[in-house]
Amino acid sequence: MTDPEIAYAVPNRVTPGNPVLFDPAICDGCNRCVTVCPEDVFIPNPVKGKPPLVLHPDECWYCGPCVEDCPRPGAIRLNHPLQQRVRYKRKATGEHFRV
Amino acid sequence: MPTAANTGGQWLRWPYALRWRHQRDLDCDVLVLGGGIAGVWAAIAAARCGARVIILEKAATERSGAGGAGVDHWQWAADNPASAVTPAEFTQALIDNQGGWRSGISTFIQCASAYETLLEQEAYGGKVRDDEGEFAGADFRDPASRLLFAYDYTNRTVIRVWGHDYKPLLREQCRRLGVRVFDRVAVTSLLTEGGRAGARVVGATGVHARSGAFVVVRAKATILATNRPQRIWTFSSELRGISTFRPPSCSGTGYAIAWRAGAEFTMMEKSMRSPFGSPYSFPPYGSGNAINTWYPCTIVDARGKEVPWVDAWDRPLESIAQRCRPAPGQKFIIMGGGSSSHPHPGLPEYRGPRLIPDLEARIRNGEFTPPFYADLAGMPAMERRAIWGIMVGNEGKTRIPVMQTYTRSGFDPELDMLQTYDFLRGSGMREPVLPQERTFGDQGVCGGMLVDWDLQSNLPGLYGAGDLLFGGQDHSHAACTGRYAGARAALAARALAAPAVADAQLQAEKARVYAPLAQSAEGPDWKELNAGIARVMQNYCSEMKNAELLALGRNWLEDLQANEAPRVGAANPHQLMRVLEVHDILTCARMIVAACEARKASCTHLHFERLDYPEVDPPAWHKWLVTRRAGDGVAVSDRPIAFWGDFDTHYRPRHEQNLRAMDASG
Repeated sequence: MTDPEIAYAVPNRVTPGNPVLFDPAICDGCNRCVTVCPEDVFIPNPVKGKPPLVLHPDECWYCGPCVEDCPRPGAIRLNHPLQQRVRYKRKATGEHFRV
Repeated sequence: MPTAANTGGQWLRWPYALRWRHQRDLDCDVLVLGGGIAGVWAAIAAARCGARVIILEKAATERSGAGGAGVDHWQWAADNPASAVTPAEFTQALIDNQGGWRSGISTFIQCASAYETLLEQEAYGGKVRDDEGEFAGADFRDPASRLLFAYDYTNRTVIRVWGHDYKPLLREQCRRLGVRVFDRVAVTSLLTEGGRAGARVVGATGVHARSGAFVVVRAKATILATNRPQRIWTFSSELRGISTFRPPSCSGTGYAIAWRAGAEFTMMEKSMRSPFGSPYSFPPYGSGNAINTWYPCTIVDARGKEVPWVDAWDRPLESIAQRCRPAPGQKFIIMGGGSSSHPHPGLPEYRGPRLIPDLEARIRNGEFTPPFYADLAGMPAMERRAIWGIMVGNEGKTRIPVMQTYTRSGFDPELDMLQTYDFLRGSGMREPVLPQERTFGDQGVCGGMLVDWDLQSNLPGLYGAGDLLFGGQDHSHAACTGRYAGARAALAARALAAPAVADAQLQAEKARVYAPLAQSAEGPDWKELNAGIARVMQNYCSEMKNAELLALGRNWLEDLQANEAPRVGAANPHQLMRVLEVHDILTCARMIVAACEARKASCTHLHFERLDYPEVDPPAWHKWLVTRRAGDGVAVSDRPIAFWGDFDTHYRPRHEQNLRAMDASG
């Protein structure tokens, strides 16, 4: 990795900025998630066949039909904001884990 | 190189064809506004009665609404064959448990027809029974009907269901029945005869959230099936989303447009602290707890010590099985688990078991050690599989965000215990919240449109269903009242001629709807206006109220309405929808403050504290306050607390007429 030679003057992203993550190897850009999303957070990708764009990540309700109704399992998943991650404990060993 | 659409580096062209102001005129017998659970049930019932039906829905009907992603508890099905309680008995218990502040009309419709409605859902392909015998032998399974029950395994009024696909099935039924569904159309106003407030409702207008087109629907009868306003007290675009219980797009638009048209509302002064209202809460049912979807899960402390359960009279329970049975002295229980955010715990005769109420003190004296955990691993297998299976797998908005996400991270219900965060910020079995972290009915029943036994408002031709009705709530309530209102509206529409729409009203609404397009980017955006409204409500209409605070709140909101609201701009049809939503939220906030000013007494069940009227629950104020817009002011009247009269006398003839009409046509 080399440091970038050109830096851009970009505004800060809204957060949470990545409520859903696509696997571009599985997603075929069918836009089913764009159709069912109750909050209309997606728009179709201008490049046909590519994953939709998350235009309004801050409006996501994390309800999940985009994942449940996706015809290609694994193409899309929810990605909880860091401040929404919970912890759990394995009863027998006492080990602690995080979501 | 910035490539994502939201980085600001490169603006993409709006991906949908723009049709600003292009007017589409539609006509029907029954118009349903909002295609959530109440809306689709209303549309199906009206269509079954032979009516020509249109749904306007601002999202996509297939999954939209608070119940679109699923349901796990089908509540208050006192009409099911295994129930040991009658609908009238259970309705009265629910009302009494709220001190009278619950609608006898919509609650009875729910208690008397929830099972009948569930059978219709089953006929559309919904799974309601354990036919495979997965839970054979379980305490909560009725062998005869193969139904699974929750909370009270003796009296059996709440049915556990596999509701994750109920909404798409209902959408499909709308298609089969020829209901015309217009998705992505945000409703903006009700049309009234002659354009006059207080007159017959003759249709509605909407704006398309992708194209910007204007939609006008002329209808003989109109059913409002939109949800309660969210984002009234708390709004954070950085923290919201997963932390709101109902969808954040629930903007109270039905409340706002009915108010502007002159409809009557009641109980608008009720609001409450709610963990679901806190932007810092966790995903609903996504942290360890012992209520609702997680009832009756065992809770243990950091050292594995079990937190004891007690009955309604704080007598300790010996076994897990006792958590789901009435205690000696009780005929039946309504629910269990308790809740820290309700100042009134309900009547002991109906109160289900809960964790010890003095846990906070016992943490301080060293008896219990935080943090605490929901011990799924330690629960009996049937109960564990019911919780981390049917319940978390089907409850609205837990199937993917909780079940799938946690499972993917390695959570195993047979081995693991999910942390509870209740005791890190205070006491109680729900995440504690600040006084100003209030919601309008996220938990429990709240105020809404006042309706009669036809679910019709004071405006002829305007019906209501679901969460927008005063004093009712939840998924099966939405389904049952939607179904009932759909039939009532369809029957009434048969006798009516096609109404006329006043052109002046249309033109004025068009001007209002598209005004944000002319605003520059210098004004606040919709999010800042929303946050400003929420701040006013936090500061002037929160836990402690008095005339001075409420008057300042009213003035502040009027000021926002006059100065900031008109300056909020929109760059595309989606933003235009969001701007109009916040205008509706502002109207709802003003409705709430007006009702709070009108109630000059404190009231426990309404979570209502007036510092200047400290007497709690004085008998003279034990009545519904009814508010409606009158010119620039507010007209206040009242109704006796049980104004609905005898349940069966009013319900049965209408219900039988509804069934005959629905069965005659399909």
